[in-house]
Amino acid sequence: MNESERALTVPSQGLKDYFEKFYRYRHLLKELVSRDIKIKYRRSVLGIVWSVLNPLLMMLVITAVFSRFMRTENFAAFYLCGSLIYNFVSEGTNGAMNAILINASLIKKVYVPKYIFPLEKVLFALVNALFYLIAVAIVFIIAKVPLHWTIVLFPIPLAYTFLFALGLGLILSTINVFFRDMNHLYSVWLTAWMYLTPIIYPVDILPEEVHKLIQLNPLYHYVTYFRDVMMYGRVPGLVENLICLGIALIFLSIGLTVFKKYQDQFILRV
Amino acid sequence: MEKMIEVRDVSMRFNMASEVISGLKEYVIKLAKRELFFKEFYALRDMTFDIHKGDVFGIVGLNGSGKSTLLKIISGILKPTTGFVRVGGSLSPLIELGAGFDFELTARENVMLNGLVLGYSKDLMLSKMDEIIEFAELREFMDVAIKNFSSGMIARLAFAIATAVTPEILIVDEILSVGDFLFQEKCERRINEMMKGDTTVIIVSHSIDQIERLCNRVLWIDKGRMVRIGETQEVCSAYKNFGGQPV
Ligand SMILES: Nc1ncnc2c1ncn2[C@@H]1O[C@H](COP(=O)(O)OP(=O)(O)OP(=O)(O)O)[C@@H](O)[C@H]1O
Ligand SMILES: [Mg+2]
Repeated sequence: MNESERALTVPSQGLKDYFEKFYRYRHLLKELVSRDIKIKYRRSVLGIVWSVLNPLLMMLVITAVFSRFMRTENFAAFYLCGSLIYNFVSEGTNGAMNAILINASLIKKVYVPKYIFPLEKVLFALVNALFYLIAVAIVFIIAKVPLHWTIVLFPIPLAYTFLFALGLGLILSTINVFFRDMNHLYSVWLTAWMYLTPIIYPVDILPEEVHKLIQLNPLYHYVTYFRDVMMYGRVPGLVENLICLGIALIFLSIGLTVFKKYQDQFILRV
Repeated sequence: MEKMIEVRDVSMRFNMASEVISGLKEYVIKLAKRELFFKEFYALRDMTFDIHKGDVFGIVGLNGSGKSTLLKIISGILKPTTGFVRVGGSLSPLIELGAGFDFELTARENVMLNGLVLGYSKDLMLSKMDEIIEFAELREFMDVAIKNFSSGMIARLAFAIATAVTPEILIVDEILSVGDFLFQEKCERRINEMMKGDTTVIIVSHSIDQIERLCNRVLWIDKGRMVRIGETQEVCSAYKNFGGQPV
């Protein structure tokens, strides 16, 4: 086999193939993400300002309503850290779910590795999460939240969350091609998921029995990890890291497998 | 000779109604009406052939005989139901007019987008921009949204992009026929040049003259089956003689 040999349609395509194609199409991926960013942030005059202002305003409303009942210290920062992770996952997975259908016309006419589209949406959500971080930083400064060195570890929970969202996004985008009602079901689930995750409330207000149950919610682990390093100066231990990474890798491998298995049928269904 | 494309036992089956069911409601309705068991339809059956490096390979056949489907399988857009295709080089497919274009964007932006979709970098496309504009002869129109282009103009742009970075395999489905005669001549010259440079070309055309001028080997397909494959003259005269009678 010579160097230029790119077996595009050979029957057995392994994981290696996934990554080779990824490398070849990295320019396209970059362009798609930057186009999404341009559309989101350049359309309005205030652009980026809005994307920071938006979570801040939301935070003000939530804080005004809830901080009285919740005896949480630094409620505003507490809420923002939680909702950053939640928004990252909900935006990323929701975007990924629809990515194949939105790009149907392209998929039908040219060869592009299809997982690029859900991947792009999760990357875009990651970029948005980074803008969200600016809002978090502003609140930290204004509310004089005590700073710990562990804050520099923030990329770790974001990376775990990214892998988890990508895996879930791949699963959803596959299901959505065959079963369009997924869209509606998932938006209901997203609302429920927000209340099932300790974003507005701290875990300790929940009854003891529920503590075990909430461990089953992947988002609980990512939110807790993120708050630990951002607010409490705690470095999560080996077990917490293994749980976070483990959940992410399980979802990612299911996502990749399911997507790979059904992607050849997408074109016949979109 | 070195094989560039191997097609082995390729069959393509479509479900005539496969795209209809996409939600719970429709599924229930279909189930109630007992329409779930739709007809199967073979667009291609048992195709086996090779295309060698440097070939200009023509495919002829009547409407609906499966030519575009075959090209889509070769370029990896469709996966065959059975069999496989092995491709030994980078592909530049021109399957459908305007594929990979965004009609809201300008011609210049589309050059970038299309290049990226083909897997090239932004820098490479920028460096080829002038050459592409030159070849397509669309200098005054580069900053116009291509929804305002004529189909010939879109074909020019598409062909210029697809051949700007000399691919190892060029696939052209019916696109040349929308260009005017001057542009067709220009495209044929470029295809001839590329052939000398060892590029493999696959052409689908309803213009037998064009096939005869350009190709060294031709495949004739009818209702998804291979009827004849071989030297251009032999296959083309058989195709012309058959004149619509059942094979
Ligand atoms: N996605 C699809 N679902 C169902 N049937 C399809 C699909 N794509 C193609 N077909 C069918 O496959 C057959 C072959 O179509 P194809 O487009 O390959 O013909 P063609 O030889 O390119 O014709 P033309 O000369 O008109 O371009 C047609 O009968 C068409 O209806
Ligand atoms: Mg056709």
